[in-house]
Amino acid sequence: MIERCEMSGCGLAGIVNRNRKKISGKYIYDSITSMKERGNGMGAGYAAYGIYPEMAEYYAFHVMLDDIDVESEVNAVLNKFFKIVKSEIIPTKNVPSLYKKTKPPIFYRYFVEPKKDAILPLETEEDMVVRVVMTINDKVKGAYVISSGKNMGAFKGVGHPDEIGDFFEIKEYEGYIWLAHTRFPTNTPGWWGGAHPFTLLDWAIVHNGEITSYGTNKRYIEMFGYKCTLLTDTEVGAYLFDLLFRKHRLPIRAVFMAMAAPFWKDINRYKELEKEKLYEMAKMIRTVYAPAMLNGPFAMLFAFKDGVIGFNDRIKLRPFVAAVNGDTVYMASEESAIRVVCKEPEKVWMPKAGEPVIALMKDCKEEDVCYPA
Amino acid sequence: MEVRQVSEGIYEVICGTAHYKEVNKKIKELVKKGAQKIILKEVYGQRYIGTGIRGNVKIDIHGIAGNDLGIFLYGPEIEVLGNAQDGVGNTMMAGKIIVRGHAGDVCGYGMRGGKIYIEGDVGYRVGIHMKGYKDLIPTFIVGGKAGNFFGEYMAGGRLILLGLDKKPGEDIVGDYCATGMHGGVMYVRGEVPQRYLGKEVKVFEVNEEDMKILREELKGFSEAFNISVDEILSEPFVKIVPVSARPYGRMYAHRWGIASGVIK
Repeated sequence: MIERCEMSGCGLAGIVNRNRKKISGKYIYDSITSMKERGNGMGAGYAAYGIYPEMAEYYAFHVMLDDIDVESEVNAVLNKFFKIVKSEIIPTKNVPSLYKKTKPPIFYRYFVEPKKDAILPLETEEDMVVRVVMTINDKVKGAYVISSGKNMGAFKGVGHPDEIGDFFEIKEYEGYIWLAHTRFPTNTPGWWGGAHPFTLLDWAIVHNGEITSYGTNKRYIEMFGYKCTLLTDTEVGAYLFDLLFRKHRLPIRAVFMAMAAPFWKDINRYKELEKEKLYEMAKMIRTVYAPAMLNGPFAMLFAFKDGVIGFNDRIKLRPFVAAVNGDTVYMASEESAIRVVCKEPEKVWMPKAGEPVIALMKDCKEEDVCYPA
Repeated sequence: MEVRQVSEGIYEVICGTAHYKEVNKKIKELVKKGAQKIILKEVYGQRYIGTGIRGNVKIDIHGIAGNDLGIFLYGPEIEVLGNAQDGVGNTMMAGKIIVRGHAGDVCGYGMRGGKIYIEGDVGYRVGIHMKGYKDLIPTFIVGGKAGNFFGEYMAGGRLILLGLDKKPGEDIVGDYCATGMHGGVMYVRGEVPQRYLGKEVKVFEVNEEDMKILREELKGFSEAFNISVDEILSEPFVKIVPVSARPYGRMYAHRWGIASGVIK
């Protein structure tokens, strides 16, 4: 019997401890699974930070392989640029309900150290890592890098969040930041690589909605050498963050002002309110970064080693709720998904459109975190 | 999910994370059995609670009511002892919904009858497309503040915004308030900046007739949350009504209709 699916949106959840205290994967698993209804079993995933403390100095590459034979090719590419410190199959568990709809690929993880002589002139170490990710995704058929940051990793695939969570044994991991997603693909295929989160270096994003400006955004970031290979709109989000945050070194609020830009009438209002500086900045950002503006209905969570930032499109066409309890910050599509893991948070609120919720680690200030490791 | 009978006609259901289909099926079963009151405990976002049943049953919800609470509601009274999510009272026809907390986006969408009282704030797009017909006048009262697109495309009924928790300097309502409104009436306790209002509406001072309506409508809200009507009425209200009953009439009407004078 085919289970009847009802139309819904995607669902997202994030939990972050601002003291870098480890949280069991069980909580994010329960939170996202309570919103199972928002997905249709065609994609779910998790991103976790702080899961490889003993390998924290190496880049952790999670690679999805259509076939085990492709591993040697990936190994060869990695070997050219990195010293491979450790490589292993990511342990997975038998989840019979998954195999009814899909044949899971093989997941490998590599802990690597960049070879200094592989870095091109004018290139930073991170630039080189990005280049290798793009090379594998683009040139090695049947291999996709699903995460490439330090002390973090993405786990994703075709299935419901509980199925994917069981498959990767998410409850066994402990991290100080967790993101999760359940997917309801509408206009791009539901395949293992297309599930959220999308990551690059230590950026990870999960997204509910649709980026209608995908064409513009894609052309824009391709000018900077990024390659969109994962057949879905959300991917551009991760690359845009990398470009604006890491390469262009914009402050956090400026990045979000570029992506969920205020309307011109609201920018003019800043002038009426005599907020001259804000007015000038908003005007410049909208002008310079017009192709980086994300249009369409969306709610997004964006994580990196120093925190999580959640934000909505500028007229709030997707749900987004945040809560704080002590040092822990929760963000989700539905309040119930927060309450299911934290019954009585100190504060629960629905953020306004385009207004980012910034949950940074207590040990860092907003100005310091524009640049990743 | 656990069900137990508290007393004659009163049942308690522990919902936990049970699927909404099971919870709603159980509610229907209990109503069929003659339940007058159903207490739902530990509710975690189960959707569509209260739909598909008629009559005078009362449903208490402890926890977080899920999306589309009381969608197509036809008679029952629902009380949420906690917060509600998006779409409270979607296309509701008759009955009453009380939320002792805040509620999310698109509440009261297409509402055509009954009463909704929210104690706290509401999200975006609340009261959009509300409508009324002859004796059917839906009432939606918000105790706190509202987000953007409040009462957008409103076609009937009464939308009342109180802003009781509003701090100085805060806006009681967001941008695009009453955009495209062409029926019904909106009462706001406080001022709405002109730049937030749609071009299709005008703001008036409330007259005696309005005060009578307000007094009458606020009675239920006052009883539900134990705030006196006089206290609510101690601050001035404004009335927002559309300037035209059919602002887009000429835009979409067939030329024949205009030429023959059927459409003015």
